[in-house]
Amino acid sequence: MPIPISYNVRNVIQRPWSTLATTIGIALVVAILIGAFALASGFQAALVETGSDSNAMVLRTGADSEISSGISLDAAHILNALPDVAPGPDGRPLVSADMVVLMNQPRLGQEGSSNVTVRGIDPPSLALRPRVKLVAGRMFAPGSDEVIVAQRIARRFAHCGIGDRLRFGQRDFTVVGQFTAGGSGFDSEVWGDNAVLMPALNREGAYQSVTFRMRDPSRFAELKRRLESDRRLGVEVRTERAWYAGQSRLMSTVLRAGGILITLIMAVGAIFGAMNTMYAAVGQRTREIAVLLTLGFTPGAVMLSFLFESVFLALIGGALGCLIALPINGVTTSTTNWSSFSEIAFAFRVTPAGMIAGLIFAAIMGAFGGFLPARQAARQSLAMTLRAG
Amino acid sequence: MSLLSLVLVNLGRNKRRTILTALSVLVALFLFCALRGVLDTLEASIRVGSEARLVTRNAISLIFPLPLSYQERLLTVPGVRSVSYANWFGGRDPVDQSNFYAQFAVAENYLPIYASDIEIVAFDRPQVAGAVPPGVDPKLAAFMNERDACVVGERLFNRMKWKLGQTVPVSGTIFPGTWTFTVRAVYHAKNPAMNEEAMFFHWKYLSEKGMGGQGQVGWYVLELSDPGQAGAVTRAVDALYANSAAATHTETERAFQAGFVSMYGNVPFLIGVIGLAVVFAILLVAANTMMMATRERTAEFGVMKTLGFDDGTIFRLVLVEAAVITFGGGALGALLAKLVIEGSDFNAMGLLPPMTVRWATVLVGVAIAVVIGAASGLVPAWQASQRRIVDALRRVE
Repeated sequence: MPIPISYNVRNVIQRPWSTLATTIGIALVVAILIGAFALASGFQAALVETGSDSNAMVLRTGADSEISSGISLDAAHILNALPDVAPGPDGRPLVSADMVVLMNQPRLGQEGSSNVTVRGIDPPSLALRPRVKLVAGRMFAPGSDEVIVAQRIARRFAHCGIGDRLRFGQRDFTVVGQFTAGGSGFDSEVWGDNAVLMPALNREGAYQSVTFRMRDPSRFAELKRRLESDRRLGVEVRTERAWYAGQSRLMSTVLRAGGILITLIMAVGAIFGAMNTMYAAVGQRTREIAVLLTLGFTPGAVMLSFLFESVFLALIGGALGCLIALPINGVTTSTTNWSSFSEIAFAFRVTPAGMIAGLIFAAIMGAFGGFLPARQAARQSLAMTLRAG
Repeated sequence: MSLLSLVLVNLGRNKRRTILTALSVLVALFLFCALRGVLDTLEASIRVGSEARLVTRNAISLIFPLPLSYQERLLTVPGVRSVSYANWFGGRDPVDQSNFYAQFAVAENYLPIYASDIEIVAFDRPQVAGAVPPGVDPKLAAFMNERDACVVGERLFNRMKWKLGQTVPVSGTIFPGTWTFTVRAVYHAKNPAMNEEAMFFHWKYLSEKGMGGQGQVGWYVLELSDPGQAGAVTRAVDALYANSAAATHTETERAFQAGFVSMYGNVPFLIGVIGLAVVFAILLVAANTMMMATRERTAEFGVMKTLGFDDGTIFRLVLVEAAVITFGGGALGALLAKLVIEGSDFNAMGLLPPMTVRWATVLVGVAIAVVIGAASGLVPAWQASQRRIVDALRRVE
């Protein structure tokens, strides 16, 4: 017969300070694990959600980022006229040949500068990327020296407020609007008119990428094969989503691996702490345990009971860790995506999966910390204990 | 019996608890010092560049090139002794896409600028007899006289198990196609901050094969005749091109390098936060242990007081006991961090200088450990010293 769980719960409550110290130690470890996962998830989400499965993205063969790609004007024309491109509400094809460059801007409120992505777009771009919404000011007028800036970038970099001027080459561009893009990678960009930006930046020879809405996304594989074997183009085709997922892989792997490494080391320390607490719990209750054994509970049941107590203690810590980590959800931060050499502003994303991982991790810590003390409890000699008492 | 020997006896009474506590402090201090080491290394990589050299790049950003024609004009700026230039090639290993190393296309006079930072440790004899330009290391003769030759860092050379004379394929990302380079020399970085996992090849080769003969330069390196004039030269250069199609941004090489570090954004700050959380977590573990240790000795303190030990001694006894445990664990953890991190040989594929945990960090770690010990012993020590003898003796376990 197992020992009732209420026995362990009462015991945990009986020693509030010791319980608190142990659980907070575990909670901090769990909070950092969840935080690191939230950082990686947020980063990944920012990029993955930039892309849609129904958009195809065309870059030059071998290019590993938009800035190292190049699509000739001729190739862009061919892509523009493809029958596979879906028409927009106005009947014109939903396709945008983008010019993508980086501009180095000083940060606000922090030393140093970083590379901000500047995208020159074609008019159908907004219909093609429905996540992008203007939240302040207005859209840039086609053919003018005007740009719109993502709100997240405007908060982090100098010269990005409405009415401010950004200098590209020999021309000044005025910021006339701010947009949000639902947490996607476009939230870290500056958009302007291709027709004006390209000559201003001496980029008239080539676009960097062509994105279009597919008339029939289910036939993507066939479309990809056809375009990639077209010798006039020399391009690789991916779905927009797959492209951005690839751009996030390096950084999110590094962030996640770093987080796991740090928490694993911390966990070892927390396990030692939990062991201390459990040994003390077992030590204080030597006589109690002897009574349990005399009453007929098997050593296995005693061991299970103490192991459970330790896991229970750790799970309280895990739950506390989830609570500590929750407030960082939505906090924006930024770093350079080394895959594209450009700044990505993104929000921490505390996910249910991350929290469950944290709880499981806490339970494992509890099991490790409780194993030896529980075994000691189960193995103690009855006669010796009762006699000593 | 002296205070210290009493402390030692008490530590030995529950060896398992003492060791477990010391171990958790060890782990925490290891992590704290390791994280500090990472931050310090990032910080140190800001200071690798020289302040006696300037770097001129396109004002918009590094991805925009500058015309080769600027070289002549830059040379005429007062205070500039020599001008060299380089391009980022950004190629990938065609076999293993995830295997990254930096490739630079450099002008003839580029490597001589860094003569004091690098040393050629292995080189091929020239295939054809040819003169080496003045100022160039004669060991580079084979490299100088071959169109597709390259010089590679020792670490890269060993990691890839290359041999001199071997042809290395690289697939271009910015400059498309498959490129091949012949390894003609290997350099060792005398300056530990210098990237030893890089490849240098001829800028001319890049220009001919990759730009159709056009002269596009990634950045210029300006050697100054007097480092004190850096500010004046910077202003003079940027003023020269302020209203041209390709405006320039000039800064010291050190500031240029620092620019890459500042791109990490908030990541260093997050690492710092984690370091603090770690410290706080061990504080709790240690405090918990000390409370347990004093609680089970309550009656004993009562006896000691009866024997004439005063409150102050009892207070010190508990405090010192806590500090000794955390000092032992902390000092070991901090030293371990120094050994492991510096022995790890990790340098982010040559992008960072070798990892170091400074002695100052180790000392700070140990100091933190001792302070944590003292802080965690504070409450139990005060409780133990203040408890009246009657109460202490009355309490039954």
